[in-house]
This record gives sequence, C-alpha cells and structure tokens, in this order.
Amino acid sequence: MIKKTATEMASSLKAGEISSVELTQAHLDQIAKVDSEVHAFLYVDSEGAINQARAIDEKRKSGADLPPLAGVPLALKDVMTQKGIPTTCGSKMLEGWRPPYDSTVVTRLKENGVVILGKTNMDEFAMGSSTENSAYGPTHNPWDLTRIPGGSGGGSSAALAAFEAPLAIGTDTGGSIRQPAAVTGTVGVKPTYGGVSRYGLVAFSSSLDQAGPCARTVLDAAHLHEAIGGYDKLDSTSINAPIPPVVAAAKDGNVKGMKIGVIKELQGDGYQPGVLKLFNESLELLAQQGAEIVEVSCKYFDYALAAYYLIAPSECSSNLARFDAMRYGMRIGSGSAEDVMNLTRQAGFGREVKRRIILGTYALSSGYYDAYYGSAQKVRTLISRDFENAFKFADVLVSPTAPTTAFKIGEKANDPIAMYLNDIATIPTNLAGIGGMSLPSGLAEEDGLPAGFQIMAPAMQDDRMYKVGSALEAALLTKWGQPILASAPQLGAK
Amino acid sequence: MALKYEDVIAKYEPVLGLEVHVELGTESKMFCGCNTVFGAAPNTQTCPVCLGLPGSLPVVNGKAIEYTIAIGLALNCSIAPFSRFARKNYFYPDMPKNFQTSQYDEPICVNGYLDVTIDTEEGPKEFRVEIERVHMEEDTGKSLHMGGATGRIHGADYSLLDYNRAGIPLVEIVTKVITGTGKYAPEVAKAYVSELRDILRGLGVSDVKMEQGSLRCDANVSLRPIGVEKLGTRSETKNVNSLRSVERAVRGEMIRHAELLNNGEKVVQETRHFHEDTGLTTPGRSKEQAEDYRYFPEPDLVPVAPTPELIEKIRASLPEKPSIRRKKLQDAWQVPDKEMAAMINADVLDLVEATVKLGADPTRARSWWLGEIARLANEKGVAAAELPISSADVAEIVVLIEKGELTDKLARQVVEGVIAGEGRPSEIIQSRGIQVVSDDSALMAAIEKAIALQPDVAEKVRGGHVPAAGALIGAVMKETKGQADAAKVRELLLKHLGQA
Repeated sequence: MIKKTATEMASSLKAGEISSVELTQAHLDQIAKVDSEVHAFLYVDSEGAINQARAIDEKRKSGADLPPLAGVPLALKDVMTQKGIPTTCGSKMLEGWRPPYDSTVVTRLKENGVVILGKTNMDEFAMGSSTENSAYGPTHNPWDLTRIPGGSGGGSSAALAAFEAPLAIGTDTGGSIRQPAAVTGTVGVKPTYGGVSRYGLVAFSSSLDQAGPCARTVLDAAHLHEAIGGYDKLDSTSINAPIPPVVAAAKDGNVKGMKIGVIKELQGDGYQPGVLKLFNESLELLAQQGAEIVEVSCKYFDYALAAYYLIAPSECSSNLARFDAMRYGMRIGSGSAEDVMNLTRQAGFGREVKRRIILGTYALSSGYYDAYYGSAQKVRTLISRDFENAFKFADVLVSPTAPTTAFKIGEKANDPIAMYLNDIATIPTNLAGIGGMSLPSGLAEEDGLPAGFQIMAPAMQDDRMYKVGSALEAALLTKWGQPILASAPQLGAK
Repeated sequence: MALKYEDVIAKYEPVLGLEVHVELGTESKMFCGCNTVFGAAPNTQTCPVCLGLPGSLPVVNGKAIEYTIAIGLALNCSIAPFSRFARKNYFYPDMPKNFQTSQYDEPICVNGYLDVTIDTEEGPKEFRVEIERVHMEEDTGKSLHMGGATGRIHGADYSLLDYNRAGIPLVEIVTKVITGTGKYAPEVAKAYVSELRDILRGLGVSDVKMEQGSLRCDANVSLRPIGVEKLGTRSETKNVNSLRSVERAVRGEMIRHAELLNNGEKVVQETRHFHEDTGLTTPGRSKEQAEDYRYFPEPDLVPVAPTPELIEKIRASLPEKPSIRRKKLQDAWQVPDKEMAAMINADVLDLVEATVKLGADPTRARSWWLGEIARLANEKGVAAAELPISSADVAEIVVLIEKGELTDKLARQVVEGVIAGEGRPSEIIQSRGIQVVSDDSALMAAIEKAIALQPDVAEKVRGGHVPAAGALIGAVMKETKGQADAAKVRELLLKHLGQA
C-alpha cells in the first residue's frame, strides 16, 4: 500500500478498502523500519498522526463529504510551523521551540484532512543543497545512502523516495524543492511566488521563499498544490486570484501544439553528460506527442547566481536577526543582553548560516548597498525580462533541474561555490517569481542515479507545467514499464 | 553663572528641526490585529506577528494608512502614489524582530507646511514651518530596567520586556530645517507642536497625550553665528513630554550650545535626554559613530499605492483647520486678540471650549482657566491641563456663581479643593460647609454687630461719607467667614444707615 500514489491511496480510503489509521500506521512502520538509515525525519508525531487519522475515519464513517486528500499522510519540512510540534529549521538555535500557531499551509492541510506524520530534515534555515548543513546530521539518499538527497528539502524528498510518506511539503528559495526532487527521482513543484501562503514558513529570503508540493507523481503534486494554495490574508505577498487549475491540467496531459522552449544558457559546460542525454530524450518524447520544441536564449541568466547570492543573504541577515535568545529558542551565557545575544548566535548558527549572514550584512552596509544589493535587484529585473521575452516564443521553458546527479556526502562540503552551482538552473525562476517543476527524466548512464527535468511557466500559469509534466511522466512510464522508484534499492535490510 | 538668553540671541542664530512621533489611535496594531489600548497588563496584547515569532508575517493596517494620508493632507503635503516600507536593522531586546519596519526613502507624504502664530510684544507673528515628510512605522516594545541607580540599562541587574506597545502604529512628522525664527525659536517650536497636536486631535487620528507618550517630540537644535551660512553641529533632545518642555528644551539647548561655543568648545552631535524637573539635558547615545541601519525595502509587504479616489475621499472628509475653528470661537465668545493669544499660549482653549459647552458663560469660563487655575498650575510648575480639575468641574462652579450660590472668593476655595483631590465641586461645598450667607436676618445681625464695634465709622456713613462703609463691610465678611455676598452686605448696610 505505501508504494501506491497518493491519488490511489485517496481512492482506497474513499472506497473503504483501507482506513486512514491503517494507512498512517503503515507509514509509521516504514519510518521505524528505514529512517535509521535515511534520517529523513527530525520529529515523528506518531500519536498526533494516528489521532488525526482516526478523526478522519470517523468523519468518513458518519458519511461526511471529505476533501480529495482526506486521510492521506504527509511529511512536513521542519521550516513550517505546526502548533505544539517542535520546529527547528535544522538549527540548534530553535531546538525545543514549539510554535504556538499553525502556518497557513498546516491550517489548510488540516482542513483538507491530510495527516501530518512529522517534520523532515533540512539544511539549516534552508541554506544548502545537500541537507548536510542540518545541525542534526545529514539525510541519506535512498538511491545510495552514501549520497546526498539534495537540499535544502532533502528530508522531504528522501521520505518520498523511501516510501515513508506519499506526500511532502517543501520550500524553495533557489531550488530547495526541485533539486532534491531531481536527485531522488521524485516530483517537486515551486509554485508562482505568492501562489502558496508563506505565513508560518520561517523566512530565509522573503522575496524568494515559496512553499510547494512534493510527491511521487505529477497528479499527486497537483492535488496537494490545490489543497495548500490560494490567497491568504495573513500574507501580503500572496496573490488574490484563484489557484490555477493544476489538477485538471495534470489529468489532461495533452501537449499537442504547445511550444516548449529549451533555454540555451542552461545546458552544456558543467552539466553531466548522462543528465543532458536524459534531458534530450525527454524532449524527444514531448515532440513525439505533438509539442513543438524551440530554443530560446536568456542571456542574463549568467548573472543569476551572483545576484541570488547577494539578495538571499541580504534578506537572511535581517530575517535571522530575531534569533537573539531574548524570547525563544537557545540561550547561552549570562551577563548583558548584548553578551547573551553574541554568545547565542555564535553557538546557535552553523557555518553556512553565518557565512550568509556575514555576506548579507556586508552587502546591505551603507556605501556598499548600491554596488551589491542595488545591482543585484537590477539583475533580477533583467532576468524577469529574459523570461518575459522567452515566453513570447514558448508556452513553457525547460532545462535539466540540476547539472548533476546526487553527489557523495562530504564531497562538496568544503567548497561552497561548487555547492552553489548546483542551483544554477533553478535559481532564475525564484528571482523572477515564476513557477518551476522538477520530475524524473530517468537514470543517468554513468552512475544509475536519477536526474530531473525542469519545466517553468509564466506567473500564475502553473497549470501549464502540470500539463507538460503529466505528458512527459506518462510517456516515460510507458517507456520504462514501471515507475522510476521501482528501480531504487530496498531499504531496511539492516 | 549661566549665560543669559539675550546674550545667546545677540550672537547666534538658532536653527531647529523637529521630529514628532504620533501613536495613531487605530483599534489594532500596524501589522497585526492586536489591541492597542494603553495600560493593559504586560504582554497581554501580543500575537505571533508583533512578537516577531519565526514564520509570522506583517499585514498593513489600512486604517493607519488612511490616517496618515489625512495627516499629510492636513499638513499640505503631496501624497505619494507609490510608497514602500523598509527595514531598519539594529539589535535591541525590546524590538522583537531586531529590525523596525518603517518607511525610509519612499515615505507616503512629502513636502508640506504648517503655519503657526506666536504672541510677541510686537503683536502676533506668523511663521511657516516646512514639513519634509510624514511617514509610517511601528513602535517598539518597552524595556523596564530593574535594579541599579539610574533606571537605565547600564548598571541594571536585569530588564523586563513588555511587548504590548510593539507594533503600535506610529507616524513620524519631520520638519525641514527651520531658520529665521531668531529669538522666537523656543516659542515657534512650542507653537508648532501645539498646532500640530490640535490638527491631529481635530482629525481624530490620535489621542495626542504627550504625558502618555502618544505624542513625542525630538528637538534638533543647532546654533550658527549670525550672518554665517554654514549650519552648526546639532543635538537631538528626546523625552520632551509636554508643550512647556518643548519650549524649555529648545531654550536650554540654545544656552548650552552658546556656552560651549563661547568657550571655544565643540558641540557634540548626540542624542540628549530632557529632564522635566531641572529643565536640563544630559547626554544619551553619541551619534559620532553613526549606526548603520542597513535599510532595504521590506520584502514581506507590498508597496502602498493609494488610489486618487481614496485620497480625494479623505481630503473631502477633513475637518476644519484649527485656525478657522479658533476664529469661530473668538467671534462667538467676543474675545479680544490678546486674551485669545493668552488662552492659546496657556493651552487652555480646548478646556474653555469644553467648559462653555457644559453651560458656563464664556467670559467667566475663560477668566477661571486663565486666572486662578493658571495661577495654581504655575505654582506647581505644570500645565493647566495637567491639574486634576476638569472642564465639567469648572462649568459646575461657574454655574453656581451665576446662580449666586457661590461667590468668587468661595469658588476659589472649591477650585483649590478639587485640585487637592477632595472630590467634585458639589462634594466639596458639602464637606467644607461652604455656602453663601444670603439669609437677611443673619446678615443684619452681623451688620449690627459691626456697627456696634465701630460706631464712629457708622456715624461717618450716616453723615453721607459712603466710601467709609468699606471697613464695615469688611467686618461683616469677616464675621461670616467670607460666605456672604459682599454686594448684598453693602446693599443692606447702606439701607440700614439711611444711604440707599
């Protein structure tokens, strides 16, 4: 049962073939069986999950009309607040903090009867591409436990690939949903900025952060997207418009006549040949289904990474200022408030977080603001224009999600620039605020590890990604004869 | 020996800059739905947003924006079609996010002015104070430093934090550099804050209570030698909590600066704290190493873009200007210019108006507030408005006088009793046994006693020397412990002595 899709699980629940308590327990059992190897979870709320499942079962028994995902379990990235449940953001700074309120995403999950199993591991405060920056130890890729599951949302993607949960919530600031999806053979969507409320998402970079659905199929992601998306008056930057019809688009999957733009700048040097090969094969499959493949150029993308590493650290230097030991979380030392703040921030933040706070503090300093933050904002505008121009020639844009398959744990830990380059293809969409999806394109011939295919759509046209993603997914399933995760190694033998 | 003010202004020209912070009277805070009522138990008016809990996000209070636009329009400002909030980053425990959400380089209202009139020996003088900007921001929480001698953070044993105030909407009104006031700088500063307060009160956007901190003024003062163009170094005086203090603080800083300059010393650019008791300032934080606030646009908020329709709607609903209102009152009450200026200067105009509304005669109401009550306020070194006597109390007293139930002399005792906290006027009349002796037989007894004691005086009066009656009237008043109506006594006495 745990290997089925969320949509299939929902049907079984609806048909009364299985109860939510049974389904939830099956996932809790799988977590107990494999998570000592994978370490996807930082906190498992067995009791809460079973109680939630029981409540849904009772409602169903009473004949209530339940939302589509009612009773299906989910793993929540530890960056989202859930009332009374520890929320650490992968940092020692927040160890033991139990938020007194639900994030809007959690409120909507609860309204939709989705059962929350627990909180998943992540790079500290969502800063990283490997989940190695978690203060609670790395998460291991279920495809190869010596490799990274991507980041920052490696816990969520690994939980999906290890069948510990059929659905998960991620957040994506520069690729933290899509790159983990790519390297674990799962699906991840960063909706249009403002498409899903950020209320209760502990901010890394406010103008880039976007929560979104993680799943094993495009349709599952679409159902989750519709459950959590839409306007929220608690988030000023959320868009007051209906959620794009993503479930209908995923069910449709007809790309005949659609124009698919390949971004020239997101391939070639630095991309693993096997990853590019899979990307081109995917394009061919889409062409076979009647899509027109065109090439587009986005010449300012070369500056995207540099702009991102000024804007994101600048905002984080301000967002993370509140962790000062005065009100919640870690507190080290005694003496003056200033001493306590200094000692706590010294002890509570990891190296990567400190690196970015220092970068951002510098970039915003008087005398440097125009040269750094100001210029980065201009680049951001130019990248948005690149996208606007490209979308004149194509309905969606595509690229490999990440340049390589999963690398070894520790391999890039001391080379931040190499680590940052992992997000080269995902960052432009965050800067422009548009949507991006990653779905598996296959296993690279060099290492037999999954690679991702990225689809990008104009703002609030998220349904286009689901349509194209669903078409490609179906074609690949026909080609392979089974879902990609059926090739993943068995876990829990130990 | 402190320098004389005359010597300061003979040599230097003062330059002012005034920053006024106003707490808006919205029901909820700037970025969340928390209550804003003053004086609640610590940390009871808080939520994840104003506590800056991880994950929480601000949402702008639309009412606060409308109020700010109204203030801008009343101060003749242009309203920006597009303005943004920014983050002012610095660490301080009473600031939950360690940044203050404020407006920085894109404020909502710019380039206005306010005309103020001051009363001088040469008659009323008008000055135009130019307004640079009106912007919105959130207030911080409050730190209470426990232990230690000063109540300041240095030397304290520990500090308590109350976040009820955190996130209360604040509007900051900043003037351009104010020059050309000469010796009237302190009066202009006071008149500006007073006029501004009246405008804000008229708009109904704030309760403008300086003593509760809902209106706070920072006074920037610098001096330059007369004839010199270049501005001198300024000091910024904070904690100026009354209109009277605004005037005192500016005057005091002018003298302090002049003393330094005369001695060849330098004025330090710094924040100074005003002390109500001494009228002096002491240094606060030095601004020589200017703090870098690393301002950047607040990414959690969308820009404020009021529609022209909204602006015009607010403009149409603005109340009349205080100057027009004052003119109407002056005409209705038939008050001479001089008296009007005196009421404004003593800051009792609103009190007089309220007293009149409660049924008192305008002239009597005015003379009480400007006379006896002002005198008592002066004695205590406070403003009349700060005395514990209300316009209702004064109205009650004035009405009793008009009915002949109190004499002016008795009324003074009642006023004194109210201020001493003995109760409402009726309670004091009761408890102190104050009443006008108007019983003719009681008065006649006293009159006869006075005549018996001073027969020679009585004889003079009988002989037609009426002014001599004063001594007898005095004796009667003394006998009745001042509770008799002197006019009545005079009438009865003269009649008795055959002079009526």
